[in-house]
Amino acid sequence: MTAAPMITMTGVNKWFGRFHVLKDIDLAVAAGERIVICGPSGSGKSTLIRCINRLEEHDEGRIVIDGIELDEDTRNIAAIRREVGMVFQQFNLFPHLTVLENCVLAQRRARGTPRKEAEARAMHYLERVRIPEQAGKYPARLSGGQQQRVAIARSLCMEPKVMLFDEPTSALDPEMIKEVLDVMIDLAGTGMTMIVVTHEMGFARQVADRMVFMDQGRIVEAASPADFFAAPKSDRASLFLSRILTH
Amino acid sequence: MADGATIEDSQVRLPPRPRRPVWYRRQSFDLLVFALLGAGLVWIAVHGAQSMGYRWQWFRVQRYLWRIVDGEIIWGPLIQGLVVTLQISAIAMAIALALGLVVGLMRLSGGIMAGIVSTAYVEVVRNTPILVQMLIFYFIIAQILGINRFWSGVLCLALYQGAFASEIVRAGILSVRKGQWEAARSLGLGRLDTYRDVVLPQAVPLMLPPLAGVLVNLVKHSSIVSVIAIFDLTTQGRTIVSDTFLAFEIWLTVAALYLVVTLTLSGFVAWLERRVATG
Repeated sequence: MTAAPMITMTGVNKWFGRFHVLKDIDLAVAAGERIVICGPSGSGKSTLIRCINRLEEHDEGRIVIDGIELDEDTRNIAAIRREVGMVFQQFNLFPHLTVLENCVLAQRRARGTPRKEAEARAMHYLERVRIPEQAGKYPARLSGGQQQRVAIARSLCMEPKVMLFDEPTSALDPEMIKEVLDVMIDLAGTGMTMIVVTHEMGFARQVADRMVFMDQGRIVEAASPADFFAAPKSDRASLFLSRILTH
Repeated sequence: MADGATIEDSQVRLPPRPRRPVWYRRQSFDLLVFALLGAGLVWIAVHGAQSMGYRWQWFRVQRYLWRIVDGEIIWGPLIQGLVVTLQISAIAMAIALALGLVVGLMRLSGGIMAGIVSTAYVEVVRNTPILVQMLIFYFIIAQILGINRFWSGVLCLALYQGAFASEIVRAGILSVRKGQWEAARSLGLGRLDTYRDVVLPQAVPLMLPPLAGVLVNLVKHSSIVSVIAIFDLTTQGRTIVSDTFLAFEIWLTVAALYLVVTLTLSGFVAWLERRVATG
């Protein structure tokens, strides 16, 4: 890596009460890098990425994003949230707002973008996720796959430098997973820095620059997908892969 | 299905049964009990009034509502009292709702001071009688603050119902899913924007039905201001009864007037609820 990394985590530890969720996490993500995090449930994957936009606070260690230190300074937190987009397992669209309003709200409030411009950008990204025709509908009228694509568009409207995906396809019916993954593959093609927590190993193989395998709060293994899938170094990773790849 | 287990539809036709009876036949026992109870109550009322020797004089009530002098309407003391009750209730409602919102948010803020102050307020107000509060307010707090009896009554009622409103606000906000907060925060929305644009629009429709109850209670409890000699509907009723001994007619009229106000209020909130739900 030549340029300064987009995200640097050094010696990050976090506890939920007595439970040690994240143990000595060191991770550097280059601009434009695409990382897929996998591992058994409860291994700390979601907590790890939620620390990056401070939905969770780390207790020890340092996290620096695009040169901004994540600490108690609320100005820094606001700045980082503008740069880091997040897509959730449960979509979390605002049910009382239309698709277009979902995409416009934060642009207007957090960035102060004029309405016209915000709406134009919203339509641009809704086209990118291939549902501009749903702009006037309320989220409840859309399928899960459509809702998740709207959620992706809503995040992109803030023009973030990093996108975090927290199991974006886990709550979807099987036939809708592909339309969401296709949008994510598209996004990867634009050079977006992405950190994706997922069990979709086909997607990982196709898109990831690096696989990160976590277990019991630690990063056990980080390797290129080719190496990781062909010959995982740790027993725990090979056990995990054997479980999720064979049905 | 396993091999050989399929059946021809026509082989298993069930024999016909009579059609389901209409609702008043199905409910006939209930209707009978209801009619008997109603008749019994009416008999007790009529028989009781007769055996008391009470002489109904409804014709005397009207002039306490309004009189027409030289073709002009002059409102009687009951209507004047109703206007005072409405004034007190309306101002107290506005203050109670604002107070409920602020205190509800304070309890949720996670701040230690805000939490202690707001919890103490809610617990003290909810766990002491409103009559005692009214007297404390009038004889102690009003003297210290130098406010008149009207504002003592208004503020005491607002403070009392505000405590209940704050619990409703808190419950309404807590019922908005955690993911909504996280989505708003992840998009960089500040606390104020998150409340105004994301959380409250989802929480308010849930708060409306219980808040209607608080507002109706406020109107009813406003009758307590009669103990500090504000001439509201209840005080006027009491004065007229002590002058005329028309106890039955006047108190029934007063109750009817309260009922008109509270039912109108409930109806308005129900309408608001439907509007919020559809728009």
